[in-house]
Formats: sequence, C-alpha cells, structure tokens
Amino acid sequence: MPEMVPTRFGYSDGLLEIGASNPRVVVLDADLARSTTTEKFQKKYPDRFFEMGICEQNMMVVAAGMAVAGDIPFATDYGVFLLGRAMDQLRVTVCYTHLNVKLGGAHAGVSVGADGATHQALEEVAWTRCLPGMTVIVPADYHDTVKAVKAVAEIYGPCYIRFGRAPMPVVTKKEDPFVIGRGNQYREGTDVTIFSMGAMLWQSLIAAEELSAKGIQARVINMHTIKPLDEEAVIAAAKETGAIVTAEEHQFYGGLGSAVAEVLVENHPCPMRRVGVKDRFGESGTPDELFREYGLLAEDIVKAAYDVLERKNHKK
Amino acid sequence: MPKPDIKFLKQKSQEIRRDVLIATTTAGSGHPGGSMSTCDYATALYFYKAKLDPRNPKWDRRDYIFFSHGHINPLIYALLAHAGYVDVNEYRTTLRKFRSKFQGHPSAHHCPGIEVCSGSLGQGFGVACGVAMSMKRQKKANRVFTLMGDGEQQEGSIWEAAMCAAHYKLDNLCAMVDLNGLQIDGKTADVLNIEPLADKYRAFNWNVLEIDGHDMQACCDALDAAEQYKGKPTIVIAKTIMSKGVKWMENDEKWHGAPIPKDKLAASIEELGFDKSHANIQEYQGHKTDKLTV
Repeated sequence: MPEMVPTRFGYSDGLLEIGASNPRVVVLDADLARSTTTEKFQKKYPDRFFEMGICEQNMMVVAAGMAVAGDIPFATDYGVFLLGRAMDQLRVTVCYTHLNVKLGGAHAGVSVGADGATHQALEEVAWTRCLPGMTVIVPADYHDTVKAVKAVAEIYGPCYIRFGRAPMPVVTKKEDPFVIGRGNQYREGTDVTIFSMGAMLWQSLIAAEELSAKGIQARVINMHTIKPLDEEAVIAAAKETGAIVTAEEHQFYGGLGSAVAEVLVENHPCPMRRVGVKDRFGESGTPDELFREYGLLAEDIVKAAYDVLERKNHKK
Repeated sequence: MPKPDIKFLKQKSQEIRRDVLIATTTAGSGHPGGSMSTCDYATALYFYKAKLDPRNPKWDRRDYIFFSHGHINPLIYALLAHAGYVDVNEYRTTLRKFRSKFQGHPSAHHCPGIEVCSGSLGQGFGVACGVAMSMKRQKKANRVFTLMGDGEQQEGSIWEAAMCAAHYKLDNLCAMVDLNGLQIDGKTADVLNIEPLADKYRAFNWNVLEIDGHDMQACCDALDAAEQYKGKPTIVIAKTIMSKGVKWMENDEKWHGAPIPKDKLAASIEELGFDKSHANIQEYQGHKTDKLTV
C-alpha cells in the first residue's frame, strides 16, 4: 500500500512553491483556509493572502479584478460552493472576459465522507467543461496536484483544479512529467484501456493487476486534464486496444466518461463503459463505504472491463 | 486640484445624450433611460476626474472604471467615443449589430476602454474591489470607480462587495449609484424596496455622499471629496431622473430597455439643444467622425 496523503496538501504545497518564485501569485479563500490548507500560504505570505469570508460570488469577481490588475489569483473553496454559488460570475466576468483566474475546488467526490451530499462535489467537471476557454484539471494524487498548481500558473486563462479531502494513495512519482492536456500512461496494455480521473488512478491500477492475473493486459492512463482532453491518447487507445473503460469520482453525465465518449464517437467508435456516480447524490460514510456503495472500486472497473471485452470480442 | 469646466461638461453631457438616442434608435433596441440618468456624473468622471489615455487604453497608470450595470452601454460607448477611444459615427450606426465593436452588452474583446465583459448585474462592483485591493497591495496610486444602478442594489452580491470594500478599507475605490427609482417592472419602491440606501451603506461602514446627479458642480465636488476621503470607501448616491433631458421620456420605466421611435428622434434631439438635422441617421452611415461635426 502506497503512502496516503490528501491532495489538498498538494494544492497548498504547490501554492507555496509558486508563491516563492512568483510575487504576482495571490491566494483567496472563503472562510475555509484551515480546511483547504491555504492557511499555509497565509502564514508564509500574509500580504498575498485574502480572506474573503463566506462570500463566494464576491470572491470570484474580486479574483477577476486582481487578474485585471496583473496578479495571478488562486480562489479556493469547496468545489460545490466555489462554482455552484458563483457560476454566473465565473461565466460572464471570468470566462467571457477570459481572465487569468485560477480556481481550486476542494472536497471533490464521495471520498469527502462524513459531511455528506451537500459538500461532496460531484458535478464540477461538467459545470466547468462547457465554459469556453476553461482548462479543467483533476490531479490523481499529491505529486500530481503540486504539479498541476505549478502548471496552471504558467499558462494564461481561467483554470479549475479539483482536489479532495481524504488521504489518498500517492501513486505517481515526483519526477513524472506533467503536461496540461496530455494523459500520463501508468501501465502498458493492448487488450483494454482504462482512463482514470483523479484518485481513481489507484483503483484503476489495482483493477489492471487483477485483469493481468487473468491474462488480460489493460493500459492505464491518468487523464489529469479533462479539458483540453488528450484526444490523441483516446483515439490511439481505441485503435490499439479496441475497448475502453473510464473511471471517475464524479457524475457520469458530463465528466471524463462523457468527454472520452465524445471523442470516440466522432473519431473511432469502440465498446466503452463508464464507471462513475450514476445520477445520484452522495451520502455520509467512510470513503471506503462510499466507494463500495457508489460502484467506484477496482472490482467495478474490472466488471466494466469484462463487459467491453466481451462486446469487442463478440464483434469479431 | 484643478477646477472643473462646468460649461464644457454640461455641453459634453448633452452631446452624449444626443448620441445615445441616435445610436439606440438606429439599433432599434437598447437601454437609453439609465444611460441618460447616469450621463451627467459619468461625464464628470470621464472628462474631469479620471486619469485615462484613450490612445493607450491599457496605460498602466490609468484609473479603472467598471460599469456594474453593463446594460447602460449606450452611455459607455458614447463616453468612449467622445473621449476618443472609438469612432462616434461607427458607434451611432453599428450599436448592437453583427460584428460591431458595440455589442448589446459591453465586451472587452470588441471595444477598447472596456475593462471586463459585463451585463449580468452586481459583478462590476466586486471586480472594482479586486482591482482596488491589488492596487493597494502593489502600492499603486491608480484609483478605481464603479457605477451601479439602483435596481442592481437588489442583487445579494452587491452587499458581499460592500462588506468587502469596507473591510479592506478601500479608500481608493469610489462607487456611484444611479438613484432614478425605476427598474424594468416599475418603481424600485414597488418591485423590491432598496431604501434606506444611504443608511445601509453607512451601516456597512462606507463614506456616503448624497447628491443631485444632474447638478454638474455637485457631481465634480463629490468626485473630489471621494478622492480626499481616507480610511473608508466612498459611495456617491446620485438622485437622478430616468431619461433626463427629454421631458416626454422622463420618469418612465418604458425607456429602461427600449429606444424611442424614429419619428420622435428629431424633436427629442432639438430639446437637448441641437439642430434636428442630427436625426438624419443615414448621414452617419459609412462616414468617419472627422467628416461631420461631432
């Protein structure tokens, strides 16, 4: 079992790194600095941290104003409130103007656990993906999140980074590359491809091991960028493996699975199955209990892989 | 502090009202009412108080102006045209048309001098707060202005921004409210009462100035006073009349979001103090401003 670290720590550690090298980086939080852990940035760079109070709409447009003034604001909050409460501000002021505002959404997925449905962000990839000019990133683990923060600071334009509350397995290595818009392959295989989003990389790798024991070789790709999607990787997977499974801790309408399906049907249709939250709200429980309840475990990915393999082989 | 040229400002304001009517009637849609009520103090802001360079809209020492009520863009574009950012005749003839600089609501991509896209109420105020916070942190002297509608005060996010500006003591920020008392569905007092507005801002820890928004001297004095006041943000609550300047249009919410008909244009322009030949819209088509009297 790998080391367990929450991805929110990666977000705040990433901010500390870019805060040291770029004096234009500023951080805003909406009364959740202790939870999102941006308080680390607050302590180190108090003049570049802005506590906005419980005013999500205002935080979004204040961040926009700071971007107009040449700063690089990272507005941080639980994803449900950051986007859900300030969607119109995000759409009109930030995205339509195309401002250099970075958004960090915490408490992603059912792995939030005890807080239950209201706080478990399950829709933000769909919400952000349809906004013109928006970059959407869901890092897989701690290292991935540090790198995502550094990467979005290097590009111009609105970006959303999604991260979680609970400790999650550190699966990637510090030295692994991270390029926005390019999926990272963590396992080679030619029978089926599993595209994972966020913490589902770990479940996907376990699933691939189980499949391997049965003689099925699964390719596993960490799709940390949902938009712009690595279309080449999707088309190559369709051509080379002929069967695709997506795995995400998100509603299966509008998330990674939808994004991959869009590319497949327009380019190289092949059997596909989505693993995700099936049009339900979350509930309280431990992350383990909830992953089982919502069908987000390695065994669910294995089942989906058998299904697409059967369809692929039947076609032949 | 230099003295304002009140006579010049009054004349400029009437010219801008005239062009608001020409442009909206030519477009066949748009928002003349609030444009005309905001016109006098906005003219004082653009032609007396604010530091701007129309030849270099992104000048790094400029003052920032955010119209939080983006629907009064007929006024914004007319101000920008008269200040020299864009061509007056182009404005008069292409407002709200396909591929025009002058989109139905302000777009920073289409028109120089527009800082951010707007049109959804309540947002420009918060953007202004963000710029003011960054200017303070960067130790820059640029000042920030935001202009709002009175109906807009009904947006909850206005009060988030009001709290934020007072909390961060944004004395480099001056907000202005167009208190014309009307919104699309009728009187603000009937739709959803915003009063007592001045008391609300005082309670939110703002420096509050209440003026007659059509008294040009008072508009300039308020802008001077706001600049000098330290420790709190200032809000200028300007009592105004919707569609001010053309009697038959005044105080009627119908003109919030509709242009006057073509056959009423000449007489209305005459009432503003101009020759009615200005209403010959076809004269402006395809002509650059330097060929005609502005």
